[in-house]
Amino acid sequence: MLLISCPHCGPRDEIEFRCGGETHVVRPGPAEAVSEDAWADYLFMRQNPRGLHAERWLHAAGCRTWFNLLRDTVTHEIKAVYPMGHARPEVA
Amino acid sequence: MSSYSAWGLLRHGLGARDWAPAWRDATPRKRYKVVVIGGGGHGLATAYYLAKNHGIRDVAVLEKAWIGGGNTGRNTTIVRSNYYYPESAALYEMSLKLYEGLSRDLNYNIMLSQRGIVTVAHSRHELEVVQRWAGAIRANGIDSDLLTPAEIARLAPIFDTSPQARYPVWGGFIQRRGGTARHDAVAWGYARAASALGVDIVQNCEVNAIRRGADGRVTGVGTTRGEIEADCVVMSVAGHSTVLADMAGFRLPVTSYALQAMVSEPVKPLLDVVILSLATGVYVSQSDKGEMVLGGALDLYNSYGQRGNLPTAVNVAGAAVEQYPALGRLRMLRQWAGIVDVVQDSSPILGETPVPGLFINCGWGTGGFKAIPAGGWLMAHHIATGSPHAVAAPFSLRRFTTGALIDEAAAAGIAH
Repeated sequence: MLLISCPHCGPRDEIEFRCGGETHVVRPGPAEAVSEDAWADYLFMRQNPRGLHAERWLHAAGCRTWFNLLRDTVTHEIKAVYPMGHARPEVA
Repeated sequence: MSSYSAWGLLRHGLGARDWAPAWRDATPRKRYKVVVIGGGGHGLATAYYLAKNHGIRDVAVLEKAWIGGGNTGRNTTIVRSNYYYPESAALYEMSLKLYEGLSRDLNYNIMLSQRGIVTVAHSRHELEVVQRWAGAIRANGIDSDLLTPAEIARLAPIFDTSPQARYPVWGGFIQRRGGTARHDAVAWGYARAASALGVDIVQNCEVNAIRRGADGRVTGVGTTRGEIEADCVVMSVAGHSTVLADMAGFRLPVTSYALQAMVSEPVKPLLDVVILSLATGVYVSQSDKGEMVLGGALDLYNSYGQRGNLPTAVNVAGAAVEQYPALGRLRMLRQWAGIVDVVQDSSPILGETPVPGLFINCGWGTGGFKAIPAGGWLMAHHIATGSPHAVAAPFSLRRFTTGALIDEAAAAGIAH
C-alpha cells in the first residue's frame, strides 16, 4: 500500500490516485519529419525499469492535479515528488 | 527415463522407494546451439519442441531461480481460447488443442480439467458485448454457447443470480472446452520430457549480459555461472523482458505490473466451472484440493515487487463475497502476485528482435499460462526454420511500427 504525498493535499492513501505511467515522454515533431520508427517509439515503447521509475500520477479523488513521482518499482518506495514540467531530480 | 504408468504407480505404492529424479539438474556447458533464458512454461516448452519437432537438442534453459517459480507457478491455472480476433483465436486454439493432448505427449499428468469457463454479463450493454464476442468465437470455429441467467444458476448454484443481487445477472456465455490444468505439472512435465531428449536445464543461473559480436549478432550470454556461448538466444522471461531488452540494447512496448491471486482454505466441492464476471473482473474456480481460487484486476502501477497490494485484494475479495455470498466466512490461506508483461494491444510478442539471433517470447500479460504449448511450439518453429509460423507471424514486434495491432484489450475477457 502506498502513502503518496500529493504536492497540494499532503499524504493520502493510494486509492485516491491513478498512475499515468512513464513521465518525461516528449512528442516528436514536426509531424512530417517523424519516421515510423520514431513514432512507434513515442507511442508504444516504454522504459519500464526494475528500480527507479519517473512516472506521472493524478490525484483523482482529491485536487485532480497531475504531478510526478520517482518511485522504486521493486520496493515501491517513493524517493521524490515533483511538479509537472520539472526535470527528474537526482536522488541517492 | 522410465515411463510413468498405472503399473509403476501401483509398484511404488506397494513400497518400492526407487523413484528417480524426473529431470537432470544440469551444470552449464561453455557453448550451446540455442540458449533459452527463463525456465518457466514457455521457455521449457520452447526447448522441448526444439528437441522433439526439429531435432535440435543442443539446447540449454537458464533459470535464475527454480523452474516454474515465476508466473508459471503464480497464475490461476485457467486455460481457454475464447478470443475475439481471428489471429488470437488461431493462436489460443492451437494452444488449447496442444493442452488436450499434452498429458499423453509428455507422459506426465497435467490434470487438464475441461470444466467449462463461464463469462457473466451484468448489464444490457455487457450482454450485447457478450453476444457479439460469443458469435465471433463461433465464427472462428471455436465452441461457445450463450447462457441465460437460469442456465448460469444451474451451472453454478453458489453464484448470486437473484433479482436483488448486487451485480445483477443478465446472461453470459460458456466455452465448454475451457477449464484448468495443474500449473506446476506443466512446467515439470515439459522439463522432464525436454531433459530426456538431451536439453540441459540449469537452475540458479541468472543472465546478466547479452553478448554481441562485431556484426551486432548475438554470440551468447553472461551469467552468474559463467559465460555461455550460443548461436541463438531466446528471451522467455515475461515481466522481466524489459530488463533483458535493456541489456541487449533495444526497447519494448511492455509495462510490468503485479497481478495477484489468492486461495481460501479448502472446502467441499462448491463450484465445478470457472466463472469470470465482466463487471468486477473477478474470476473464481475451485482447485482439486478444494481451495477457492480468486483472481481479479492488476495493481495498476509499474511493479517488479512480486507481491500484491492491499487495495486490489480488498476489491477482489469484496466483489467475490457479493457474487458468491456463501464464501463470506471463508478464510484466505495465501495471497501472492506475479509480474506480468502488459502490452498496449494485450497481445503477445513472438519472434525476432532488432538484435540478429536474439528471439523474444513475451507480452502475454495476464494470460500466459494458457498459451504455454503454443508459445513454445511457435518459437521453436521460428528458430529451427528461420521464419515465423503462420500463426505467429501477426504477433511480431514490428507490428508496433506498421500499426497492425491485434487489439484484444477490450475483447480478451479480462481487463489486461
